[in-house]
Amino acid sequence: MQEFLSAILLSSGYNTALVCIGAAILGAASGAIGVFILLRKRSLVSDAVSHATLPGVVLAFILGEILWGYGRSLPFILAGAAFSSMLGVMAVDAIKTHTRLTEDTAIGTVLSTFFALGMVLLTIVQSMSIAGQAGLEGFLLGATSGMLFSEAVTIAVASMIVGIAIVLRMKEFTLLCFDENFAASSGYNVKWLDRSLLILLVSVVVIGLKTVGLVLIVALAIIPPVAARFWTERVPVLVGISATIGALGSYIGAAISSTAPSLPTGGIIVLILFFLFLVSLLLSPVRGVLAAYIRHRRFQKIVHTRQGLLTIANGQPILEPLTRKLMIKNSYMCGDGRVTDYGFSVAQKMARDQELWNRFKELDPEAAHSLQDWSLRPIEEVLPYDVVSELETGLKPHTV
Amino acid sequence: MRMGGQKARLVAQQGEPVSAYNPDDNPFHVSGLTVAYHNKPVLWNVSYTAPKGQLTAIIGPNGAGKSTFLKAALGLIPRLSGETQVFGQPVKTALNKIAYVPQRSAVDWDFPATALDVVLMGLYGKVGWFRWPGKSHRQKAKKALQAVGMEAFANRQIGQLSGGQQQRVFLARSLAQDAEVYLMDEPFSGVDAATEKAIVEVLRQLVEADKTVLVVHHDLETVNDYYSNILMLNGQYIASGPVETAFTAQNLQKAYGGRLASTQLEGLKAKSC
Amino acid sequence: MEIFLQYDLPSILLGTFAALACGLLGNFLVLRRQALMGDTISHVVLPGIVVGFLVSHNTSSLPMMLGAGAAAVVSVMLIELIRRLGNIESGAAMGVVFTTMFALGVVLLEQTGAAGVHLDVEHALYGNLESALWLEATSLNDLLDWHKLMLLPDEVKQLFVVTLLILIVIVVFYKEFKLTSFDPLLATTLGFSPKIMSLLLIVMVAVAAVAAFTAVGSILVIAMFICPAATARMLTDKLSTQLFISGVVSLLSGVGGYILAAFGPLWLGYDFSVSAAGMIAVTAGALQVLAMLFAPRYGILTRRWQQKHSALAN
Repeated sequence: MQEFLSAILLSSGYNTALVCIGAAILGAASGAIGVFILLRKRSLVSDAVSHATLPGVVLAFILGEILWGYGRSLPFILAGAAFSSMLGVMAVDAIKTHTRLTEDTAIGTVLSTFFALGMVLLTIVQSMSIAGQAGLEGFLLGATSGMLFSEAVTIAVASMIVGIAIVLRMKEFTLLCFDENFAASSGYNVKWLDRSLLILLVSVVVIGLKTVGLVLIVALAIIPPVAARFWTERVPVLVGISATIGALGSYIGAAISSTAPSLPTGGIIVLILFFLFLVSLLLSPVRGVLAAYIRHRRFQKIVHTRQGLLTIANGQPILEPLTRKLMIKNSYMCGDGRVTDYGFSVAQKMARDQELWNRFKELDPEAAHSLQDWSLRPIEEVLPYDVVSELETGLKPHTV
Repeated sequence: MRMGGQKARLVAQQGEPVSAYNPDDNPFHVSGLTVAYHNKPVLWNVSYTAPKGQLTAIIGPNGAGKSTFLKAALGLIPRLSGETQVFGQPVKTALNKIAYVPQRSAVDWDFPATALDVVLMGLYGKVGWFRWPGKSHRQKAKKALQAVGMEAFANRQIGQLSGGQQQRVFLARSLAQDAEVYLMDEPFSGVDAATEKAIVEVLRQLVEADKTVLVVHHDLETVNDYYSNILMLNGQYIASGPVETAFTAQNLQKAYGGRLASTQLEGLKAKSC
Repeated sequence: MEIFLQYDLPSILLGTFAALACGLLGNFLVLRRQALMGDTISHVVLPGIVVGFLVSHNTSSLPMMLGAGAAAVVSVMLIELIRRLGNIESGAAMGVVFTTMFALGVVLLEQTGAAGVHLDVEHALYGNLESALWLEATSLNDLLDWHKLMLLPDEVKQLFVVTLLILIVIVVFYKEFKLTSFDPLLATTLGFSPKIMSLLLIVMVAVAAVAAFTAVGSILVIAMFICPAATARMLTDKLSTQLFISGVVSLLSGVGGYILAAFGPLWLGYDFSVSAAGMIAVTAGALQVLAMLFAPRYGILTRRWQQKHSALAN
């Protein structure tokens, strides 16, 4: 605990602090880019992107060994990863557009075949018997504990650059996700925008390989935006919240993992992100499950009460259990199903209200359609007085 | 009836009798159906009893909830309230008496299945679990294809058929189901003249066999020619009954509001008289 | 021959059965646009396997199988829940669940020291196809000798049973799978619950994934759920034919991939072999690429060529 506290407060060594900050920046960048990927409904493309890095990583390592006798140069390996994952993305698009196969099949094909190719190459590396090949395993699940200072700096700086690029292009990406056709008609090159979105995704994934690992890096681009989705409907806010969640999860995860080197960093980060997701899912007052349930129950009650009263006014029996229960609870009905006098008078009033609403809808269907409260609340509470009285003059005199 | 006491009192209060309701005779009875998306009702408190052995058009403007009405009545999408009864049974236990023809866009046309395969699927309910369809089922399926003039295309993959031909295959499937109640979601949308004719012919035969048929229909011009009854919706119940009495300019105005041009309305009025 | 029987044959059998079990089921996943369910399931079973291992303290299968099955079912329900409650598209919901479950598995592995005993993440990803041995075999006749056959590694026998089970389930429920995959609405009105059929499919996928997983690794499992079915999809418009072709493709990849892995480098003059599981997946991928390019009706190049010719003819 002591260790963890000192790690989280950035006081357990320069290296650890740098790793944590680097992870946080990375988390923020991937959280932000993930929002746009989610809005374009392409979340699992990031899975193909991450798995497709493996052959590039291994090939770059082999090439480095052959050329300079040193394969572990991080920038070189990351360049290899970026190259092969771009190939992967292009393959997904090619399969999707040129064959009858669907996107999910394309993603699955690319991720498994590329990764398998990486595995084959990896066994070749093992047979080359080079010292230091063990470092490659770290790319699978991420390892921050043995990270060199220069590597930590590379990751932090690269994430920063990607983050800035996302912020600069935010307006265009928002437009792309919101209305592709409109974006095209207002002079944006949609194809290029889409591609730059994927390039940024690839960059984030590649930068995150060392910290989170290629199996789990996709979580960094998926979980934060999904969690953020529960808090807001507005894209800029969504990006902000998603980036915050990503940063928070990665920061805490990296800190924990630096104190317990046997724990894979990627795993810890993902579990913390999931916790943040769970909290959002359940408790967010905006779109959270609990809030939605309460709202739905309230709505259901309103609808059933109104319908029950209208049924009474029509002189028909009420069959539905929930409606009956509500009628009895409000003493519109006795326990044995007889309607009370009070129930009748409220029912008449409700029938009148419904008639007015119907009349309103007849005269102005568009307005009625766009009105959230149409026929859910008494009409005088929703529409201005003069409108209601005008509607009333159109109806036959009210006789009870 | 379980609410006899209440009924008596209601009659006394309102001076008109509650319509006599004998559930066993009603092939398709929906009461108090409300469906909401995101806490906003798209279909509000619809009660309706389909006339037995009649061909009924469900009409209403775009977004009136016509398809939603069919799907929710069948329990294929969640409803907020309401119940459906088929010959007095809850719909859930009486699905075998219903044949539902979905909108054409609802399936994957690239699926590896032939026209005959699709029609055969209509018979799966009779084949039962585990067993494979046999020769007699194939025969039946072929006959259904014949009825819609599609026997020549039995072994064609469904994606390679034209829109009208696909619609006819779906119709053949519902025929093969041999149900009592037929619910069809816009069978006429985007079909050629030959298909339209074929569908009308099949609908006529169904009615002759005393089946109850409800069809979501878009084209107001043909309502008079094709159907004997209508149900008019606009997010809620507007009107229903025989075409002569219910398909009136007044009801249309109610359902379509400003969306129907007045000249169009005049034309329909002239036709209906 | 003796060496082949003792060292190569068990691995080939393992790879081929795994390929077949997954490849056949994959047809329905691909048709239901749930191709990535295979990916998801093979990730989410990890925590189940680890817990099963912790409970039983050995790598033999039953507790691990049960744990994996439970994990798969829980995950599927979780995905459904997130998708519905949160109104989240299914890809993203899958992404949330499978990364979390895999992360849980990874952390459990490291935490419990299980890492030292036969179980580690690399193993889970790559499998260990080559370690299967049948040292008792001496001649081809042994292939017909029941007692000798029973001495094949447990994993081989297990996968054989699972493959057989999957075959039976597909034959018995062929009609139901076809109907619910094509038109779930009709299935509902006919009384064949699409929910039950999809659950059955997922359970079978989980069983196949787990049985294959410990032997061949999750990546081969994912590849086999998708590539053979996708290959067959390019070649035919008939479901029964598609199933048959996918079976053949699985067999070809299993046998061919292993041979390429074990002997390919030798033929090129190197004295090592490469990952068999990886090579089988790569072979399946390569076959799919061939089908996507040259399939008689739907191939990319075939269609280009046809267009050119019809243009010339006009």
